[in-house]
Amino acid sequence: MTVAMSRPMTAPTRPLKKRAQSAALWFTTFLLMVIMCVPGLWVVLSAFRPNREILAKPPIWVPTEITLGNFAKIFGFGAEQVGIPVTSYFMNSMVIALTSTVIALIIGMAGGYAFARYRFRFKGGIFLGLMLFRAVPGIALSLPVFMMWSRLGLIDTQMGLIIVYVSLNVPFTIWLIDGFFRQIPMSLSEAAQVDGCTRWQAFWKIEFPLARSGIAAAGVFAFLTSWNEYALASQVTRSTDSKTLPVGLMDFTAQFTIDWAGMCAMAVIIIVPALIMTFLVQKHLIAGLTFGGVKG
Amino acid sequence: MAGISLRGVEKHYGSVRVVHGIDLEIAHEEFVVLVGPSGCGKSTTLRMIAGLEDITGGEVHIGDRLVNDLPPRKRNISMVFQNYALYPHMNVRDNLGFGLKIAGQSPAVITERVNEAATILGLSELLDRTPAELSGGQRQRVAMGRAIVRHPDAFLFDEPLSNLDAKLRGQMRAEIKKLHQKVKTTVVYVTHDQVEAMTLADRIVVMRDGYIEQVGTPMDVFNHPVNTFVASFIGSPPMNMLPGVIAGGQVRLADGTSVPVPHRLTRAVHEGQSVLLGIRPDDICPVGHGLGETAEGTDLDLTVTLAEPLGMESLIYTSVAGQEIQAKLYGPRIVQPGEVLSFRLALERAHLFDATNTRSLEVF
Repeated sequence: MTVAMSRPMTAPTRPLKKRAQSAALWFTTFLLMVIMCVPGLWVVLSAFRPNREILAKPPIWVPTEITLGNFAKIFGFGAEQVGIPVTSYFMNSMVIALTSTVIALIIGMAGGYAFARYRFRFKGGIFLGLMLFRAVPGIALSLPVFMMWSRLGLIDTQMGLIIVYVSLNVPFTIWLIDGFFRQIPMSLSEAAQVDGCTRWQAFWKIEFPLARSGIAAAGVFAFLTSWNEYALASQVTRSTDSKTLPVGLMDFTAQFTIDWAGMCAMAVIIIVPALIMTFLVQKHLIAGLTFGGVKG
Repeated sequence: MAGISLRGVEKHYGSVRVVHGIDLEIAHEEFVVLVGPSGCGKSTTLRMIAGLEDITGGEVHIGDRLVNDLPPRKRNISMVFQNYALYPHMNVRDNLGFGLKIAGQSPAVITERVNEAATILGLSELLDRTPAELSGGQRQRVAMGRAIVRHPDAFLFDEPLSNLDAKLRGQMRAEIKKLHQKVKTTVVYVTHDQVEAMTLADRIVVMRDGYIEQVGTPMDVFNHPVNTFVASFIGSPPMNMLPGVIAGGQVRLADGTSVPVPHRLTRAVHEGQSVLLGIRPDDICPVGHGLGETAEGTDLDLTVTLAEPLGMESLIYTSVAGQEIQAKLYGPRIVQPGEVLSFRLALERAHLFDATNTRSLEVF
């Protein structure tokens, strides 16, 4: 009886406070999301609007005219054309980002596995060295890289940029993948070996599938780093042979004008593959974060 | 037919020696338990038999094969790990059949053997679940199932029950024993729990600091411990150890209390020798509350400092010659701290150890 009576007395106050809290929380979240998303949204919006609407003063918030003209323009279709080889830049970006990601993942898997599973001399020192290397700002390396690459003839080649990105990404992939292998109990690989596997088979049949989420996560990060990188790419690329999309963006700035519409259209082209990639591996990224729950 | 034989097996990690030349013969179908405190080298020894650790010195034979340089997969053994080591991304069926699949068995054979093992262990209902969906005891059974499907020469168990709660541990202990009776395979079982060792083993191997201290049947090790370490490690609560000196056919304790030397040991001691009198709590009982008639005994009046009633028996803390000892009281009787009771020491089951080298003075 007492329980039943006391309930209606407390019931209205608590949910009210809770509801207020939750509303405040959502409002803050909304504000933060607006701050984060508006620039991106503006870029996407501008990609589909003509230049005069983008430059209008006061700004036109709600587009009055949606057009694919900007895309047609930069890809060289339609009446108005821009002399920028976006297709080549796109292909360069793809080749460079994918190749460097694959290489960084292979090295990262081997290195991460070694750090997680084996004992060897100077292990701590090497690991710390890798992390310190990652702490060096990329742009600080641009001059030495430029000088070395110019002597080696790697300036303005895809290979040159691939090497740079692999070395930028490897410390990170090793670190991330090492963490994932560390979470997998050693006894799983041992059990597989007792069950008849070679160490290699045990890796591919047991440890690799379990670390797959982590490897996918490392791959996404490596890909995005390479895909978005501007500073170093702007130093070591020159022409359509190797220029990537972020560097190509600067082609839209002339001495006296900036083609905002074309630039935004190209920015969307840069964003879309990254979004698709993240979306595809999203499941793995989440699985990677909750891996601890399924330990045998 | 596959026994296991260890000959002078050593393990070093750099300059640190963890196993010092172990010799052990394990017969075909025998259930041998390696028992000892943490860090005694028992798990390392097991892992050397499995091939998961390199053997620094000596030889390991499984059946008539020298396996020192064979990888685990060529040793035809199976192992149950402390954390079960089930493959989290496979269901129970695939976990059980994994070894057979790797060995290239046909699907029909795999299905048959998996079903057979599942029936033996009562897993038939769980075949489609993943390890995450199983309870601790079920995981343990799957781990054992994975071990038996391959019909190996030997099973190796590495502290398989230490992750389970006390009740489940008791049940699984019984299941392991039944399983061994059913499948009749050589078993090497590592544990730090002397109860598991006593209940499961055909033979117990007590280890300490990388050495084997004693090998024998459970009763042998219990009744005739070779030194104070084995005496206090096997048996629960541990054996009481009272320091004293031999004087006139008696053990004179620190405060002058004298306890007769057990008859069977009178010839093993000499006057003035420093000894440790070892006597189990079960052999120190208030008169009339013991395990039955003592053929040879001595009575001491002792003050109870603490009593822990366990129902039909009570564990009693008291002290002799300034040293706390544990005693047992059988039968339902309430005992209060401060009570003075006459305790009978069953000397025919008491032990004497040399105080300097801790060895038993018993002549074997």
